[in-house]
Formats: sequence, structure tokens, C-alpha cells
Amino acid sequence: MGNGPAGEAKTTYREALREALREALDADERVFLMGEDVGRYGGCFGVSLGLLEEFGPKRIRDTPLSESAFVGAGIGAAMAGLRPIVEIMTVNFSLLALDQILNNAATVLHMSGGQFPVPLVIRMTTGAGRQLAAQHSHSLEGWYAHIPGIRVLAPATIEDARHMLAPALADPDPVLIFEHGTLYSASGDLDPAAGPVDLDTASVRRPGTDISLITYGGCLPKAMAAADTLAADGISAEVVDLRTLRPLDDATITGSVARTHRAVVVDEAWRSGSLAAEVSSRITEQVFYELDAPVERVCSAEVPIPYARQLEEAALPQAVDIVKAAHRAVD
Amino acid sequence: MPSLGADMDEGVLLEWLVRPGQQVHKGDVVAVVETSKSTIEVECFDTGTVQHLLVEPGTTVPVGTPLAVIGTGPQATHPASAAPRRRRAPVPARPKTPGAVPHKAPAEARRPAPFAPDAARPPAPAPVAATGPLVRHLAHDRGIDLSAVHGTGPGGRITRTDVEHAAPAGRRIPASPLARRLAEELHVSLADVPGSGAHGVVRAADIRAAAEAAGTVTASAAAPAPVRPAPARRAADRATAMRHAIGALMARSKREIPHYYLSTTIDLAAALEWMHEHNRHSPVSERLVPAALLLKAAALAADQVPELNGFWTEDRFAPGSGVHLGVAVSLRGGGLVAPALHHADTLALPELMAALKDLVARARTGRLRGSETTDPTITVTNLGDQGVESVFGVIYPPQVALVGFGRVVERPFATGGLLGVRPVVTATLSADHRATDGAVGARYLTAVDHLLQKPEEL
Amino acid sequence: MTAARTPKPAANPVRTARTANPARTAKAPRRTRPDTAGADTSHDRDLLRAMLLIRRFEERCVELYSAAKIRGFVHLYIGEEAVAVGVSEALTPDDAVVSTYREHGHALARGIPAEAVMAEMYGKATGCSHGRGGSMHLFDAGHRFYGGNAIVGGGLPLAAGLALADRMRGEPRVTCCFFGDGALAEGEFHETANLAALWGLPLLLACENNLYAMGTALPREHAQTDLAMRAASYGMAAWAVDGMDVHAVERAARQAVEGIRAGSGPHFLELRTYRFRAHSMYDPDRYRDKAEIEQWKERDPIATLTERMRARSEWDDKALATIERLVAEEIDQAVEASEKAPTEPAEDLLRFVTSRSAEVN
Repeated sequence: MGNGPAGEAKTTYREALREALREALDADERVFLMGEDVGRYGGCFGVSLGLLEEFGPKRIRDTPLSESAFVGAGIGAAMAGLRPIVEIMTVNFSLLALDQILNNAATVLHMSGGQFPVPLVIRMTTGAGRQLAAQHSHSLEGWYAHIPGIRVLAPATIEDARHMLAPALADPDPVLIFEHGTLYSASGDLDPAAGPVDLDTASVRRPGTDISLITYGGCLPKAMAAADTLAADGISAEVVDLRTLRPLDDATITGSVARTHRAVVVDEAWRSGSLAAEVSSRITEQVFYELDAPVERVCSAEVPIPYARQLEEAALPQAVDIVKAAHRAVD
Repeated sequence: MPSLGADMDEGVLLEWLVRPGQQVHKGDVVAVVETSKSTIEVECFDTGTVQHLLVEPGTTVPVGTPLAVIGTGPQATHPASAAPRRRRAPVPARPKTPGAVPHKAPAEARRPAPFAPDAARPPAPAPVAATGPLVRHLAHDRGIDLSAVHGTGPGGRITRTDVEHAAPAGRRIPASPLARRLAEELHVSLADVPGSGAHGVVRAADIRAAAEAAGTVTASAAAPAPVRPAPARRAADRATAMRHAIGALMARSKREIPHYYLSTTIDLAAALEWMHEHNRHSPVSERLVPAALLLKAAALAADQVPELNGFWTEDRFAPGSGVHLGVAVSLRGGGLVAPALHHADTLALPELMAALKDLVARARTGRLRGSETTDPTITVTNLGDQGVESVFGVIYPPQVALVGFGRVVERPFATGGLLGVRPVVTATLSADHRATDGAVGARYLTAVDHLLQKPEEL
Repeated sequence: MTAARTPKPAANPVRTARTANPARTAKAPRRTRPDTAGADTSHDRDLLRAMLLIRRFEERCVELYSAAKIRGFVHLYIGEEAVAVGVSEALTPDDAVVSTYREHGHALARGIPAEAVMAEMYGKATGCSHGRGGSMHLFDAGHRFYGGNAIVGGGLPLAAGLALADRMRGEPRVTCCFFGDGALAEGEFHETANLAALWGLPLLLACENNLYAMGTALPREHAQTDLAMRAASYGMAAWAVDGMDVHAVERAARQAVEGIRAGSGPHFLELRTYRFRAHSMYDPDRYRDKAEIEQWKERDPIATLTERMRARSEWDDKALATIERLVAEEIDQAVEASEKAPTEPAEDLLRFVTSRSAEVN
């Protein structure tokens, strides 16, 4: 699509990510992509398909299965002035590189008294919904959102998939981008008017007056579906897409709740100690006296994500759960 | 005593490896110290002669305490310590400043001296009857202030039973934070609003409905923004909400208040005769209706029997400041409000009449002021115009009495041994037995009767 | 052993430090600077002064720590000075250094002023990490000193990245990463060694084998204690060096750096050395014999160098005293300046969390 005719074009989330990569590689020769199977294979989820042929092996680098080494190498290359984009296959694998992400990427700037910024972008897949069981399905982005010194993004729309990478690369500090596995094949029309995303703001995807459904990433489509159902029930739901999980856009979150006076936070991670807990907590801290009902949370069941379809579905937040939670708050 | 680790506050000097008079060099090991983690050799940072050993083996001393004095010149002496360059005189092992006291202070240091002068002690706390932990726990759980509980145990000790019998300090009405805030802004009493949320929680919509029904939404124009424009379904909702409100409040009243009921029939011949006489000489605008006389009498009686004029809160009666007579007004769309005629006992009848007209008109058009809805100290319901002879009302919490008047009817009535046809009214009293007994109620109705027999004094 | 990409040193069998023959090793490298190692008086004076600066600086740290002026963990390098000084001699200011938590020696040998290092120990605003890092996290962008890393092995991937950047940009620079024998038990070493060899990165892997991973002796944590041989298995040049002899270290480092600049990929040096003091400031040294420590002290790198210089009659007590005095003055100045230096205000707590400064979120 990228070289296609201008104007609205049917595209997918995957293609939007690829187009963003292509644009970044074109725009700045300091940019390179590195990760397991990003080259010849075309990326585990096909995101970088064709980029090797276009940009060559120096800038589309296949790495050994050494998450710690290649993430750390990305950190070092960023500290030396390059603009690496490191792809980790899934968030579960990123734990093998957690030392580098937390102890180096997030920390070096501060530890060095501001001398060494780390302009690194790390992309990875997150989330369940594809029957990949307990070592490929978890949503651990909330863990990363706990860490000061990094920015955490969760593009949930085709526009954000297309337009978050450029500002992420422009950020002088480490940025982690979490791409939900169920979104890659989502297709739609890319809004030709969309431009670089302001990474400090959440986005109201659908305005409403009676309740705020606050979510991000793979749960956004579910929240939108829930809002449709609620509309039929006479409840006007506002859908807030956090999209930047750190730093959280408190103003948009609390502004929405101050309008609707009720909130359901939807998060595919486990409830205990979740990002949903953080959002809920900020709401009660900042707009307690606007609340007309307890803040509801819809999260995954506290279980390693199982393989069987009906079990996996039962474990994950579904639109019907969001609808029920909204009714609890409104009725 | 050198600092041999970031977490070290003190150390035990185990052994001296040098003697006074011995020559030592920078870097020599001079002593062995035991820390909480291990035994470590202590080196000295100066070259010179050991002059004095200041700390005996086996002694625990805080970090920073000089251990020995090393002379580095013919005259100069300075303590071999953790800070050799900061020359200072040897000091006793125990530091003077509290900040330097090691965390693990010897136990005896914390024990008070046996004959410590009382003056040094902080003033004793206010005497609260002795209680045990169970009682304190129970009191805490129930939100009971123990200092307000009378102890019936030995020596005034508060017992478990005492706490169990003490009512908690005011029942907290469940309401959402927004509802609580709106109630304050719109001058709506949470207690008067039924909760439509789960478990009867009062929510913003309930407050708005109550406020709107009472007319305070428009009256409080200064209220900040959160009052949203009313959606289309608001009118129907309002009636429902008011039904809910009345239902919840009356249910609460019947649930919580032990009512007793009294009734008496009052001869109104004198009062009505006086009224007709008054009306004959007055412009239409100043003419009275019987209800005005009844209300005035009810107000004056409340002043005379103040035990019925006020509120039952926090398990005790709180008298009202002034008589603010709640007047039950039925609304055309259904429902009921009982706004206050402020200081009704002090109003001359024409003023009261005017105030009543104004109040009823505003109640029915939804333009009541906030204080009118929350201030009544005793309420009167007059169902006379509805055709019934008597009404035994339900008290509006937290008030303690409700006065009812029925229709003024002509009945055969005997006075002074003579039977005649007279206009009479049945006055009733519903009263809170927690606050008063029947004798007080009787005194009240008698007062009303007497007042109505001297209408010129009303 | 043989290793595919081992150029010259492949002829050098991996030897233990004790049996290494300096004369024979000395023949091996083609030197970039003639006669620097071992024969040049002024060069030796520089080496000596650099080692003495580290030694006296750390001795002063012990004193200041005991007086509670310095807090936290303080890992002393005393005994290992020849490694930092010898390796640093082989590097240019354009090269980069990634270090460990025992890095005062590396920082001082790299040329970071003693005052900036001492002020960091004090946690002062003038410290080389603005008081954010302390003893274990010295950083200096001007000297391309990419930090003390206190996660064993954690600096290795980062160093590979610095080398990768140079490689991609065609810069003739070398990244030197110091780490200890303990790091060879970490996955990050093996991942990095493989990646660096696979991509032929300009990386000098300087392994300071001081025989103890904290308190665990080498044979108690490694099934194969010949570290150089293990590194060589990744297909890189690797050999062991007497880390107590600054001349031997410098020669080996020059040889390795030359090979790296010539494009033959990463090199691994196993620098056999010993720390004379405890793991961190004070520990009871229960895990090693006093006799062993004394034995290694006889091979004190500073004494070894001065003896060598004395033997050439180019050196005397007076000259030594002069160097000692200069070093003492430098350290006194560093301490004095650190004492007087301003502290970082607590209001600036959130500075440097992100480049946009105070992140509040």
C-alpha cells in the first residue's frame, strides 16, 4: 500500500506496521531492525516480510536466539548514536532480556547522571486469543509500564500501528511497543489524514455519557463491541484507548470519568497488580468525588492461559463481560 | 569504631592486638571487631605510638566511637577512630545525641529508672475507663467512641456488653462519592433520599431527582457544573424516583422509629368564630383559612413542649433551634414534600397565612429553597381537604413527632353538660418513643387544644 | 587448542599465568609503538603513576568508608591495578570502555579525573554520575566510559552494541569490556561471545580472572576452569595473560587491539590476577587462606614494576617518593574538593529519569 495511490486504502495492522518500518528505514540511515527471524523468514508474524530484500542484511539483521545479547546490543548501539529497532517475538520471551531492559535500558540515563540516553525501540507481540497456551499468550506489558525511564506503547488501531513508530524513534529514551497478536490481521481503511501520534495522549475512540470503558491493545475491539451492545440497552459508553501505557495520560482518563461518573477498566493482563489496578487507583485518587459507582475491572482469569479454545475464551475478557460490568455500574 | 559495612551501627571490640606504648604503622591491624555479620580486623590509618586504649575488650560501642589514642608526635595525641583526621578528645562510649544511639540499644536503656521523677513524664492521657483489647477491638469495629461509653463493669470498666449496647456514632448512609458531593451542593439530605443502587446505595441520579422534586436544582443556580442536562426520560424517572424516595424514607422511619400514637378531638367553635370575624374585616388577601390556625397552634405547642421539637440523632434527642414547622404538601403529579415554615411559632397569623400560600405554591412548582427541605423540626400533615377525619402519620426521620389534622366536621359535641353541634377536628400525634413517652405527647395535644380555644392569642 | 579465527595467538598455547613466559609472549606482537612496554623509562613512570593512583585512591576510600563518608558497596581493585592500566594503555581516547562494579581502577586508568570519581563516591553533584551512581556506576561520556555495571555479565551485550555501531558505521574503534571470571557462568557472556564472533564485532573481552566470584573459588563454580579455552570455542582469538605484570598485560592488549582493528573480530584476554582486599570493603575472608593472599602479595604489580625499574638503575627512592607525593596531592585535592562539593538537591530527584527530565508519571 505504501507506494500505492494516495487516499484511503484498505490495509491491515500488519501492513501498517511494515509501512511504518519502511518509512523509518527510508527516512534515517541510523535506523536498523534486529531480531530473531526478521530477515529471511520475514518476521515471526510476517511484519518485516520483504524488508530484507529492500534494505539489505546490514539493516535487517537476523540474530541468534539470544534475547539478552541482541536487546543489549540494541541498547549499546543506541547509546552509540544509532536508532535500533529490536523485535522480540513475544512478551514471554522478553523475560530473557529483562535484565537488559530494566537494568540497562531504563536505568543508564539516570545512573549516568544524564550522560547516556538510550534511543532504542523494542517491538514485541503480546496477548492471547490464538490458542498458543501459557508460554506465548501472556500480557506482561503492565510489568514494563511499572518501570520508570521507559515509554510503553500499545497500538490498537491501524492508524496507531502506522503512526506510532516515527514518534517512538524520535523519543530520546527507550520505547517498548506491544503489538497484540490478534490485531495483525485486522483490516480496515487507513485514515489518510492520520499523522504521527502524540505519544503523551490517550485517545477517546467513541464518545459517550454514561460510562467510560477504559482499555488498550487487544481489548479495544472488545470494548467497542461492548459499547455497541450497551447502546442498544440505552447506555451511552465512552471508549478510552490508553495506547500509551507509560506515562499514563491521566487527564484523558479522569476527564472521561468526570463526564460519565462510572468506569470499567478492561485489561487482558491478570487482575492482581495489573495496569487496570493502576488506572482504577488513579481514578479514585483524582476524581473520587465524580464517581457514582465503584470502578469495575474486567481482566483475565488468574490462570496461565490454557490451550483449549473454550478454556482460553473463558480466561480472557470478552465483550459480554464488559457489558455486564457496565450494567453493574449503571443499573 | 570504624564503619565496616553500610548496615553497621555498632561493633563489639573483641581483642586488642596492640598495647599502650607500642609503635604502630598506617595499615597495621590493631584490633579485632565483631559485627553482626562477622569478625573483622581493624587497621589503623596513622603511624605513631599507642597511648591509651579507650575501649575494653567485650564492649559494644557505636560506630564513630574512638577506640584508642595514638600519639603521632612528641606531644600530639589523637584518638584512633573511624575519623582519624577529625581530631577530638576521647569521649565516653555512649553518645550523647539520641541520633547516634545504636538501633539495638541495650534493654536497660529503654527501661525507665526506678525512681524517675514524675515531672519528667509526659502528662497522663485523659482518663478513659480501663478496657481490654477485645472491647477496644469491638468498639473500633463498630465505630464507637469508648470515651462516650458508660462502663458498668467493676470500677467503671467498660464491658463487652456496654459496647454492644452502645449505638455507633450515626449510621452512615451508603452513597456514591458523586452523590455525596451533589447532595451537599444541591442541599439535599442524603437521609431523605432512597438509594436506587445496589444495596440501596444513593447515587447521583437519586440526588438529582430529589433535588429536582424539591425544586432545589433550579433554586441553587450557583451549583457547579456537574448537573447534567436532563435527558428525555427524566420526567418519568422523577416520579419513580420520588416514589422510591418516599418509600425508602418511610420504610426507614417505620423500621427505626418506635412510634406511639395519640389522638384527641378538638372543639373549633371558638377558633372558627374568631376566624370568620377576622375575615369579615380583612381584605381578601389577608383572609385566613382554618389550616393556618391549626398550624399556628401546632407550632406554639411545639414551643411549649420542646421535647417533641427536634431530632433523634446519634442515639439521643437534639432539640431544634426554633420551631420550623414542616408542612406536608401533596404534589399534583403525585408524591409529597414537607418543606419548612421557618419560625412558624413567631409568625402572626396573616404572615403565616401568606408564608403558607407561598410555600405551597412553590412546592407545587418545584421552587423550594434547600433549607426549606432540610430544616423542619416537627411536621404537620393536614388531610382535612382530602375528606378524612383523622390521620396517624409516619414520622420524618430524624424528626421525633408528626402532627395530623383531619377534616373539620360538624359533630354533636357535649360541653359543660350540654350537647350541641360544633365544628371539631381530630388532632393526632405520632411520636418517637425513643425520645418521649405518651405523657409528653398528651401534654402536646392538650396544649394544641388549649391554644385553639383562645384564637385571639394565636 | 586451535580456533578457527585465532590469528597470531593461536600459536600461543593457552598457558597458566604462572608458567607464562613473558619473554616469549613479548616476541609475538608487532608493536604499534616501538619499545613501549618494558623499556621506556618515561612510559614506565606513567604506568607506575597510574597504578599508584589507583592503589592510593582506594586506600583513601577505605579510610573514608570507615569514617562513613562513603557508603554503599565499595569493591576494591587493590592488587589488580596492572590489568586496568595495561589494557587502558592499549586503547585510544576514541575507543570505548564498559566496566564492572569493581571499576575505580578502570575509570582512573581511562583518565577520568580522580576528583570526579571521588565526588561520585561522596554522592556529590560534581561526581562523574551526578551522585546517581556511586562506586558501582561511574560513567563519563567524555572518556567514552560506558559505566560500571553491577549486574555480573550485564555490560557484555551493551558492549557488543557499541561495537556493532562502530562496525556498521565503519569506525576503526574498539570497545573494551571488562568482566570477571564469575561472568563466564552467566548466559549473557555466552550469548554475547557468540553474537560478537558471529558478526565479527570489534570487541575486546577483558576477563579479569581473580580466582573468586565473590567468595566462590574458580574450581567451585566452573567445570572447565580454563576460561580462555572456553572463549576460543566461540571462534575468537583468546589467550591467558599474567595479570600481575603490567608489561605483559599491555603487550597482550596491544596485540589484541591491533587484531581487532585489523578486522579479525572479537578477542578474549584472560587476565590472571588477584584482589588483595575483601570482595566489598570488609568481609571476613572466610573463603580463602591468608597464606594464599600473602603469596599473591609477593607478586604485587606495583612492586614488580618498581623492582624492574630499579634493576635498570633508572629509578631510585627519590623518584619514587616524588611520584608518591604527586599522587597523594592529587588524591588530597580530590577529597578536599569532594568534601566541599555541593550535594544534588532532593528537588532534582527525578532528573535524568527520562531525557525530558522530571517524569512525574
